[in-house]
Amino acid sequence: MNASDTRALLPLILIAGTAVVVMLGIAAKRSQKLAAGLTLTGLAASFVSVFAVAPLVPRQVTSLLLIDRYALFYLGLIIASAAVVAVLSYRYFAKYDGQREELYLLLVLATLGCEVLVTSIHFASFLLGLEVLSISLYGMVAYFTDRGQALEAGIKYLTLASASAAFLLFGMALIYGATGTLAFSSVQNLSLQGPNLVLLLPGIALSLTGIGFKLGVVPFHLWTPDVYQGAPAPVAAFVATTSKTAVVALLLRYLPAEAQQPPAVFFLFSLVAVASMCAGNLLALRQSNVKRVLAYSSIAHFGYILVAFLVATTMAAGAIAFYLVAYTVTVLTAFGIVTVLSTSKADADDLEDYRGLFWRRPVLASVFTAVLFSLAGIPATVGFIGKFYIVASGANGSAWPLIIVLVLTSVIGLFYYLRIVVALFATVPERQSSMVRLGWGSAFVLSGLTVLLICFGVYPTPLLNVIRATIGGLN
Amino acid sequence: MMLIYLIAVLLTAGILAGILARWSTLAPRWISLAALAVDLILAARIWAGRSLSASTTWYDEVDWSWIPNFGIHFHLAVDGLSFLMLMLTFFLGIVAVLCSWTEIREKIGFFHFNLMWVLAGIVSVFLAMDLFLFYFAWELMLIPMYFLIVIWGHERRVYAGTKFFLFTQCSGLLMLIAILALYFMHHQSTGIYTFEYSELLGTTLSSGAEVAIMFGFFIAFAVKLPVVPFHTWLPDAHTEAPTAGSVILAGLLLKTGGYGLLRFVIPLFPRAAHEFTPVALTLGVIGILYGAVTAFSQTDLKRLVAYTSVSHLGFVLLGIFSWNPLALQGAVITMICHGLSTGALFVLVGGLQERIHTRDLDRMGGLWSVAPCLSASALFFSMASLGLPGLGDFVGEFLVLLGSYRVSVTLTVVATLGILASTFYALRMMQRAFFGPNTNSWKLPDLTPREGVIMTVMIVGLLWLGFHPQPVLNTFAPAMDNLQRQVQMPAAALRRLP
Repeated sequence: MNASDTRALLPLILIAGTAVVVMLGIAAKRSQKLAAGLTLTGLAASFVSVFAVAPLVPRQVTSLLLIDRYALFYLGLIIASAAVVAVLSYRYFAKYDGQREELYLLLVLATLGCEVLVTSIHFASFLLGLEVLSISLYGMVAYFTDRGQALEAGIKYLTLASASAAFLLFGMALIYGATGTLAFSSVQNLSLQGPNLVLLLPGIALSLTGIGFKLGVVPFHLWTPDVYQGAPAPVAAFVATTSKTAVVALLLRYLPAEAQQPPAVFFLFSLVAVASMCAGNLLALRQSNVKRVLAYSSIAHFGYILVAFLVATTMAAGAIAFYLVAYTVTVLTAFGIVTVLSTSKADADDLEDYRGLFWRRPVLASVFTAVLFSLAGIPATVGFIGKFYIVASGANGSAWPLIIVLVLTSVIGLFYYLRIVVALFATVPERQSSMVRLGWGSAFVLSGLTVLLICFGVYPTPLLNVIRATIGGLN
Repeated sequence: MMLIYLIAVLLTAGILAGILARWSTLAPRWISLAALAVDLILAARIWAGRSLSASTTWYDEVDWSWIPNFGIHFHLAVDGLSFLMLMLTFFLGIVAVLCSWTEIREKIGFFHFNLMWVLAGIVSVFLAMDLFLFYFAWELMLIPMYFLIVIWGHERRVYAGTKFFLFTQCSGLLMLIAILALYFMHHQSTGIYTFEYSELLGTTLSSGAEVAIMFGFFIAFAVKLPVVPFHTWLPDAHTEAPTAGSVILAGLLLKTGGYGLLRFVIPLFPRAAHEFTPVALTLGVIGILYGAVTAFSQTDLKRLVAYTSVSHLGFVLLGIFSWNPLALQGAVITMICHGLSTGALFVLVGGLQERIHTRDLDRMGGLWSVAPCLSASALFFSMASLGLPGLGDFVGEFLVLLGSYRVSVTLTVVATLGILASTFYALRMMQRAFFGPNTNSWKLPDLTPREGVIMTVMIVGLLWLGFHPQPVLNTFAPAMDNLQRQVQMPAAALRRLP
């Protein structure tokens, strides 16, 4: 490892350094302001370094990590979303009586885990990244130790994540037995025949459980609604966006979207995709808890992403990248609104909290409406372009059955989004207007996200150009 | 550029109306009226400045690159057909603002915001010449309409609004898939990625693919029009919407379906449409009869009027798929006249509900004696609806039947029964609501001056179209010739049906 290798690793090194600094800062002085400030500075430095290392790429650092344009794109997305979560956390946790500072430490560590995931090209770094992420998340999900739901969510996440990690390890062992190496390229380059196949295919299948669990796709979705509901709103936002983005980026490294998958893998993924789209949208129908609705909708959304992954066209990688940006912007905005409406006692996640919101808080409710339309894929929001791109890449690969399922299930999805919209605009007898103040940070972040949500929906060309330059896969 | 202003004026007015409602309840109404008046003037200027050269049928055009990565353009253009639809849009927009002047008392700013934005969406649909832009506008006009229904609607508004939204979204997504399939198939045969309407015309498609893609488009437009098996959202949405919403739904949103069939389905997929013609004509006739018979058995006055729409738009479907000059002219006249006559009926029903707080026919009766002007207007528009010669609807339906006669005698004869059936429902409506003894001893004010103006203008319009439809036909003629040239399927070549 020489000096340029170290320079190329700068985004990761800076985040790792931030973790140490935040820890020392907490030891020196307990202050949420200080911890949040250090975290944001570190994230900002790491974000800037993504641009700084752009001339050096592509560069493989040891056999574990690869920094290329692809990795840089996802690094940028992950750091930006983590920064949004940090800002949202500030006001949210300011109302909390217990120790607030460790959350930022965990947040930085989880971000580091995500960064390792998107740069890894080897099972060893995959596992390291995944565990750093998971272990930080256990703490974050169960951060409110005095709330039963949070503890339940934490324990659930802990047991299921450990179990899936065990499956992943076993799968890695099988793959190692078949190929003699732990690099991802061994799986891709292998001519699939002979006795090795007997080891390799189960190995791939088991390793995918680890990935499937983090994405929360069916049949690994059981933790999603409980964790979304139980976790503090900003943490749920992190689980929903940053960690899932990192895992999708890793999945595409492991099994590139352009390559035709082996039939068995294709079949398995089709099943998972269809089941996720159906289950996610159908199960959300009966929910009256906004966070749970978001959980089920995320199951469906990752089903959509798998559709693009499956069709294996040149458009797929770009479509997935765009969709992840769209999803991240939308879901962060959604949780941002949940966050600012939450009180110190409970999160604002019941549908009743939102009834008639438009007549009390027109701006917030309008933003939330835009979020719901974006999730549903209605034009003039970024979610529409994302869905359009996915359907286009599906149509390009002539995957008509999958596309039809996508369309029909997303119409079902519309139903529960509309239910929330109806609640937002319902007429309610005048209640005491609990004027929660937004705070500068949240207001800034939310308005920025809203601008992105609309602008990329109306004029996505800049984002498409960035994706073409980094990920490729556009015509 | 003028075309951009048409849309921008409406969008800006919507935002202004939303903001200024805080200071004055009258401001949103006047702003909306002013915006529509400005749009009418702009449209008149487009009309005056249109190029009369034979090389193009477009009066005016805007073409900007929008999302070059996908070959998407922001391409608006107006020809005779679009122009007629625009005029109808602005006119009924004014009617919608006027008829909600006293009906809407709550959340006035947001109401007018939605009203202006739905009109902007409709205008964009009539102008879009890029299929992506068309889909964009198509979906976008739903949202304000949805809000108009679920916020200001009547008792079952949430149910009706959600049903409306789901129906149109589902069919819209099928159209999106069809658009994308066409896009990629065009790329396969030419190597160019484009959503441009004029370039996609004449894409070589295998016959199986052509039929499948045509169905994607057809279903989207059939839901809007509505064609009978896809119509069930319509009575609910029309009945539960506020008056302005019903006027826009019946007068304009349904027309986007007819416009889509005329502009996209047949020109883009001539062979598939040709094979589909017998089915489409049959569906049209079923719609005519089903709508009329169902309207006859309604007790809710507004629902009755809603079902007459199903019947009238059956004629539009019949006319479009007959695809000869007479039938097409008839279809366009029917679309315009239906907008006026049904729009006026919805205004009257809305006015009546504002006065007596019911739409139930059984609770009415004898209203003529207390509100003669209102009742006389109702009589006029029911006569228009039943196809009285001298009024616009008659011209449209007569031309459609004349044209479809050349394609299928049997179906035309059956369709004619629809006109007969319309007599029953129109007369029954008059009889039950306005004639007879005033058993409930209703006392209600007659037409206000504002309503009187709306009615007078619409009456004059229908009389004009009934006696002298030639200007409309002349406006439509170049566009129609162009559409028919694209299809290159002269009426004589159409297979005669048994």
